[in-house]
Amino acid sequence: METLATQGSVRIIWEDQSMFIRKSAAVRSSEITPQEVFLERRRLIMAAAAVGISAAIPKGGAVAAALQAVESRYSTDEAPTALKHITNYNNYYEFGVGKEDPAANAHTLTTKPWTLAVDGLAARPTDFHVEDLLSSVALEERIYRLRCVEGWSMVIPWVGFPLSEVLGRVEPLGSARYVAFETVLRPDEMPGQRAFLPALEWPYVEGLRLDEAMHPLTILAVGLYGETLPNQNGAPIRLVVPWKYGFKSIKSIVKITLTEEQPVTSWNRQNPREYGFYSNVNPEVDHPRWSQATEMPIGKGLFAKRKPTLLFNGYADEVAGLYAGMDLRKFF
Amino acid sequence: MLRMAALISEKPRISAAVRFRVIRATLYWIGLGPAVWTFFLGLTDQLGANPMRTLEQTLGLWALRFLIATLAVTPFRDLTGISLLRYRRALGLLAFYYALLHFTTYIVLDQGLNLSAIAADIVKRPYITIGMLAFAVLVPLAATSNDTMVRRMGRAWSRLHRWVYLAAAAAAVHFLLVVKSWTMEPVVYFAIVAILLGYRLYKRLRGSRGNRRRKPVPTR
Repeated sequence: METLATQGSVRIIWEDQSMFIRKSAAVRSSEITPQEVFLERRRLIMAAAAVGISAAIPKGGAVAAALQAVESRYSTDEAPTALKHITNYNNYYEFGVGKEDPAANAHTLTTKPWTLAVDGLAARPTDFHVEDLLSSVALEERIYRLRCVEGWSMVIPWVGFPLSEVLGRVEPLGSARYVAFETVLRPDEMPGQRAFLPALEWPYVEGLRLDEAMHPLTILAVGLYGETLPNQNGAPIRLVVPWKYGFKSIKSIVKITLTEEQPVTSWNRQNPREYGFYSNVNPEVDHPRWSQATEMPIGKGLFAKRKPTLLFNGYADEVAGLYAGMDLRKFF
Repeated sequence: MLRMAALISEKPRISAAVRFRVIRATLYWIGLGPAVWTFFLGLTDQLGANPMRTLEQTLGLWALRFLIATLAVTPFRDLTGISLLRYRRALGLLAFYYALLHFTTYIVLDQGLNLSAIAADIVKRPYITIGMLAFAVLVPLAATSNDTMVRRMGRAWSRLHRWVYLAAAAAAVHFLLVVKSWTMEPVVYFAIVAILLGYRLYKRLRGSRGNRRRKPVPTR
């Protein structure tokens, strides 16, 4: 609630509540409760936002705006983590290494205007202006599980569209086998990029195999909880790959490049023994320093219980085929 | 030790003894404040998204801070002539209490008493192994911290309690290893512990080279 107020959320329009009503005729009783919780939360958020109208808008911070999105069959039925936790517990080292640093510091990032360059091995390399891009795609709400490599997890209602939409428009050449991503490099707006002891080499870079990038689960997210992304969550546009550890889902992207060679990725470069290129969620393959068998759900209080981590973060039915015949211990 | 300090430092004996007791009690109460406060915040859902982790890390950090305070007493006296030796036991015990609470949080709230997961962690995860080592070293030190044990053990007591150096070094390394990348905070704590231990090594080397005893330190 507080978060919304400090974001200066002046206007929340939610006319089309019907998008939250499942079309499926056979609704299991177990599905109903989370749904109601979700709607109730939405109502509370709207009430809180109304109260928060007079709250100060942080300097340079963007005002969260409502986004229209249709529901997706890829969404989980699990109840989403509270917005205040999603926006106050972040790993975004460009804004500090503490979990609450991004929420405190990310307001300095200018997210408008924003250009996303998509180039490399493509017939029609294009500079997309994010606002134009948003008006030309069908936004979907994707409620995804997020599993951090550190052993905690959330459920996040993203708003976005498939990455394949953008890749399709630039027409990848036959020689393209990988996709490289790059976060914005702006030391004057990102304190972590000018830190005395940088946590990583900047800019942050990530990569996917082309088939992973084209998979329907892989999205570019521009919002969460029905509104534009808060800066600390990777505004204005970020990747979400739900079956991989969170750090693969690179934030505030300025460049996407189709390549023939496997691209360099930040955490792999930092510590190749601990972080592989694939970084698929896998309870069987431990991080060298800790077990990945279980995860601590966020927002469940001091006495929250760990739960078992699922292979590919529970998306095995959709993505296991991408890795058929591969030794997942070797290609971790 | 206690009585001597009281005899030397103050003219009205009773008030000095009372003052010492009051300061020591205050030290314990204030020292345990962060633990009580953080646990209260956790119970009332004010510790953020991952309250277990915040509690666990806060307790661990205070254990390391009190270890550092314990190790700082001697260099502080050498540098300034002010002796806080009377309070060192309290500082050491506070370090132990925090380590115990940190350990308990890990076992109960973090791992949910899953003994096989805990055993696997201790064997396979160097930072857990090292953390456990630090804690294991502190246990006998805390157990022998009372006056009776000090008297009964004599010289062996001093030898045993030098193991606190190992506990501090292990705790600092434990902190360094737990973070995902090199960050400022654990590096700073590691450096402080390194300086405090290095100081003792330096004193010892210098002392043995010159082959002379340390000069008596003025009490005031």
